[in-house]
Amino acid sequence: MLKEISALIQKELLIEWRQRYALGGILLYVVATVFICYLSFRNVIEVNTWNALFWIIILFASINSSAKSFLQESKGRMLYYYTLASPQAFVLSKIIYNAVLMLFLSLICFGFYSLFMGDVVENIPLFMLIIALGAAGISSLLSMMSAIAAKAHNNFTIMAILSFPIIMPILMVIIRLSQNAIDGTDLYYNLKYFGVLCALDVIVIALAYLLFPYLWKD
Amino acid sequence: MKKNWWKIICVIFLLYTVVAGFLIDVPHLPILHETIRNQFFHVCMWFAMMILFTVSILYSILHLSSGKQEFDLIASEATNTGIFFGTLGLITGSIWARFTWGTWWTNDVKLNGAAITMLTYFAYTVLRNAITDDQKRGKVAAVYNIFAYVMMFVFILIYPRLSDSLHPGNGGNPGFSKYDLDNTMRMVFYPAVIGWSLLGIWIMTLRIRIQKLKTQSEL
Repeated sequence: MLKEISALIQKELLIEWRQRYALGGILLYVVATVFICYLSFRNVIEVNTWNALFWIIILFASINSSAKSFLQESKGRMLYYYTLASPQAFVLSKIIYNAVLMLFLSLICFGFYSLFMGDVVENIPLFMLIIALGAAGISSLLSMMSAIAAKAHNNFTIMAILSFPIIMPILMVIIRLSQNAIDGTDLYYNLKYFGVLCALDVIVIALAYLLFPYLWKD
Repeated sequence: MKKNWWKIICVIFLLYTVVAGFLIDVPHLPILHETIRNQFFHVCMWFAMMILFTVSILYSILHLSSGKQEFDLIASEATNTGIFFGTLGLITGSIWARFTWGTWWTNDVKLNGAAITMLTYFAYTVLRNAITDDQKRGKVAAVYNIFAYVMMFVFILIYPRLSDSLHPGNGGNPGFSKYDLDNTMRMVFYPAVIGWSLLGIWIMTLRIRIQKLKTQSEL
């Protein structure tokens, strides 16, 4: 199982490396969005707005980057994977790969965003932890939604429609938590939100693990 | 007749709810006043919706494990009926909010949770319409349904407990427990919940029968 997953992740990395334009495109998307916000807002003084805008940018970037994980797989290639790997290993490899990609994207986004829009976060280690947990939850949910949308004629609109309402619970917890991180409260006071966020991550990954085999077969 | 006893109970309970709901003497609470009677309608809509969505997810799981097309039909119609009751719940809630808080909609966790639930299930119907192949549609919709239900459950049941809410039960507003202590309210409220839920199930069975007839006539 672990061997299968690592092989599949290597394959993802290799494909990403061969199609560097895709990764570059997403990065440019994030940076350009941040710059557009900078030009239209100048500098955000209100932390609420800063926080909401940051996570909205992350949400759109992650939907764009996760959408391709299943939408871009051709039918023939899916059939090829089907003969090689177990569905569980396949979905876990996609989730892990997407989570790492999203973590990378979010950190870059955070850097640029702080640079342009003003550095307001008081408790940066806590904010990093939120980004890591958030990336895991959001990317695993979006990977699954991308797998579902791939079954509906590879429709990107369907992907967005399915993802937005269902991602709200995770996003609301994340926004609440990062608000606290910006205000500089300690980890100790945020434990109950972290509990909910971790529970959501675990639930989403467990559901993906259990349900993906049903989507796998056509 | 033997099979239809619950429909008779449903009609009697609902008649009782409507008549007694408007006529009984209700406790006079601050903010709420006479609008408290809406509890016999608004709250029951959410009960009926939750029951229908639970039926839907159970049949989705059954559909995934057995692959029977009939289960998918039941899951789908339960969701459609649930959306109908959810919409009624939003409308009655909105009217209630207008006369107690003075606004049709406020930014409140419970209200937002309800709105997000409705959006999720609208997405479910869009997804169903986007897939034309019956077999594939059943499976994909079932997977999404399970996701939607679990996330909705987390959002409606756990998240509001983490933060303050205007909605009854939180933050100083007179809540459920206060009404429940009142025996005259309880006399109407429990039959109302049962009546509205049975009505939901009844509408669902009718919709299933219509769909079955439609597929038969197509064959």
